Amino acid sequence: MSSTEGEDLVQTGLIETFEGTQEMDDRASTSGTELLRQQGAVLRLSEGISVDPGAFNTEITEDETMILNLGPQHPSTHGVLRLMMELDGETVLRTKPIVGYLHTGMEKTGEELTYLQGPTNVTRMDYLAPLFNECVFSMAVEQLLEIEVPPRATWIRMLMCELNRISSHLLFMATNGLDVAALSMMLYAWREREMVLSFMEKVTGLRMNHNYIRPGGVAADLPDGWRDDVLAICDLIPPRLDEYDDLLTGQPVFLQRTEGVGTISGEEAIALGATGPILRSSGVAWDLRRDMPYQFYDQLEFDVIVGKYGDAFDRYSIRLNEMRESVRIVRQIVELMPQGDYRLQDKKVTPPPRARIDQSMEALIHHFKIFTEGFKVPEGEVYVAIESPRGELGCYLVSNGTAKPYRLHIRDPSFVNIQALPPMMRGGLVADAVAIISSVDPVMGGVDR
Amino acid sequence: MTTSHGQRVLHATPESYLGLVSELRAEGFDMCVDLCAVDYLAHPGRSLPDGIAAERFEVVVDLLSLQQRKRVRVRVQVPESDPRVTSLFGLYPGTEAMEREAFDLLGVRFDGHPDLSRILMPEDWEGHPLRKDYSVGRVPVQFKAARSTR
Repeated sequence: MSSTEGEDLVQTGLIETFEGTQEMDDRASTSGTELLRQQGAVLRLSEGISVDPGAFNTEITEDETMILNLGPQHPSTHGVLRLMMELDGETVLRTKPIVGYLHTGMEKTGEELTYLQGPTNVTRMDYLAPLFNECVFSMAVEQLLEIEVPPRATWIRMLMCELNRISSHLLFMATNGLDVAALSMMLYAWREREMVLSFMEKVTGLRMNHNYIRPGGVAADLPDGWRDDVLAICDLIPPRLDEYDDLLTGQPVFLQRTEGVGTISGEEAIALGATGPILRSSGVAWDLRRDMPYQFYDQLEFDVIVGKYGDAFDRYSIRLNEMRESVRIVRQIVELMPQGDYRLQDKKVTPPPRARIDQSMEALIHHFKIFTEGFKVPEGEVYVAIESPRGELGCYLVSNGTAKPYRLHIRDPSFVNIQALPPMMRGGLVADAVAIISSVDPVMGGVDR
Repeated sequence: MTTSHGQRVLHATPESYLGLVSELRAEGFDMCVDLCAVDYLAHPGRSLPDGIAAERFEVVVDLLSLQQRKRVRVRVQVPESDPRVTSLFGLYPGTEAMEREAFDLLGVRFDGHPDLSRILMPEDWEGHPLRKDYSVGRVPVQFKAARSTR
């Protein structure tokens, strides 16, 4: 049934609900080219890029294959991702990711919140990298306002984001280990992540959903003794990463489960818009921090980790080594952190310090105005992108001159990256599916928004 | 071509859209990073360059050239009477999910898309939630009207 047909039937009341088209069509009602597309890719690569048709057996009939639903309630799907897989024995022929189970309309909600309230909303999208969401939103608002935040605020943002990258990759280590049955890995990575989260709690007050980075700067200055805490993390993480190397990287069982599993070529990854570790695993050296520097990343020294084979193991080792690079970056940031304001001293954008409110009538008025009406942002539209742990995180923001965004669109890397699942799954085994989902590291909060 | 906050922006109509994007692809913009739609119903007087007639919907496409390290944005004016543009699927297969999202949330149709169905909302959902004439809705609060027990 085509989508328009289905909608017509719903509207005329012939059927109550219609859940056909999100699902995979059966073979008989799938057209030849579409079937080829799905086999070559659901893959849905366009024909120019799809693989050699001769490599696929189009002769398989319906009764020889089986449809298996993996998820949405499955511990390995990292939330509520559902995969429909067509199997021939144990071999995966076609895959279709079905998303939307966590959709809460956050882009619509964003249109109802002022720019100051915005970060509380976007931080809940990709909940493993909340600071990145806040950062990209704040940067977009600042570009529309044409204001520049104080250098210290930017450095604090970079420090917190790199620590967030470490905590996010640690969570990947934990869940990836768990998914390929290296259970102890989960406990170890969780232990290290806890250290990073404790530091974040100290700075922002919360372990997740911080609402720390706001338009105009950050919510609060770093606490006393932050240097020691950060350096303690920097001292602790690299030796622990060496332990992970011992535990997983050279371990034959882990290698067998990840090497050559879920491969993707650089050409496919670019065509599918995949970014982050997936793109880099396929040999394309692309990292926005280096290639289109934002903030002060051009002043820092770090390497972009690139894989070669585009398999699950490359994605694992890229993330492992990216943590080492992040530690390197964090050490440099500690050295370079300047003194100064942690937020813009523009009373139209940032609320005045609490102490000023008791002394100054104007401060009270500004405080009241910002928290009730919010500040107005000039008309315009802007797209800002940063490198989140999962790839390019973008924010397209349209303002109509009022205190609320006219349109807030977040380009979440997970949403685009899961399109790479079908080509990775093709021709593999069901048992590998779990390792592949894990290696893509999707966060469903970001996918469904 | 215009610029918005230092970013290159190109404008197109549904007719010239595919041709323009094909040219950009030939110029080296090899990745389509983002595709979304905007409903300008509540903001009709937005500034557009001369010769571009404002329509209700806009499809906004962000392209990226990895070689030249450049971005370009294409804004397509899509009329309310026939919200329909050509799908970019043939050029950039990665737009598959993004076009479905734009269709799901704003009701813009993409001709030539292999499977234009809802992606985030349930299949039986009526309407397109990100349209400006679609209200946010309220959840009735029970306890306000509840009688006091005292």
